[in-house]
Amino acid sequence: MIELTYDILNPAKATDAVRRDTNGAVVTFLGTTRDNFEGKSVLTLEYEAFDEMAVKKLEEVRQEVMAEFGLEQLAISHRIGTVGIGEISLVVAVGSPHRKEGFLACQKAVDRIKEVVPIWKKEVYQDGSRWVACEDHEFAPPEHRHAH
Amino acid sequence: MELKVRLFALYRERAGSSTIAVAVQDGATVADLTAEVRRQLPNLAPPEVNIVVAVNADYADPDVILRPGDDVCLIPPVSGG
Repeated sequence: MIELTYDILNPAKATDAVRRDTNGAVVTFLGTTRDNFEGKSVLTLEYEAFDEMAVKKLEEVRQEVMAEFGLEQLAISHRIGTVGIGEISLVVAVGSPHRKEGFLACQKAVDRIKEVVPIWKKEVYQDGSRWVACEDHEFAPPEHRHAH
Repeated sequence: MELKVRLFALYRERAGSSTIAVAVQDGATVADLTAEVRRQLPNLAPPEVNIVVAVNADYADPDVILRPGDDVCLIPPVSGG
């Protein structure tokens, strides 16, 4: 199951999707929105997605991770739009015959989602905002030249 | 040919628009397109960073050749989760 939605996420939807009588484990990861960045209070987060490609990449990650760990159940829900502090922005649920592969697959799926899926989050502060992970796009200040 | 290029997140905000029109030669590559985008919008990204491009909803290497009607999107660093 892949889901990209503006609605509040219910983790049970993802965990129910991966439960099977042949599975002895369901491993779940919830990404929740943090209220601070380097000492600044974060008021809210805004998620934006390139929808068509995000859904396609989420499905690719799902297939890739299931193949790597020999699993058949993996569900991913990602929320977009404005997400309040402490709310769930990401649910990854893995159903696995044994717990070890479940834990590893869940971690790998979360890592890959953060690497390849075209979704962006903006932290909104009292006095501004910041697109997360775009530090390399800051323009360097003009170089100081020393007068002699 | 003229391509419609979609911008997201940081790039959308910096350009002040979610789409721009970019004219490139027939047979132009992704690298040619990003060079033209940088010329049109020098404040989009510093010269030392790579601008990642998706063509028809897949990441495209710099040597990929563009065709009229391609869905071209500029992808700033992603931060889902």
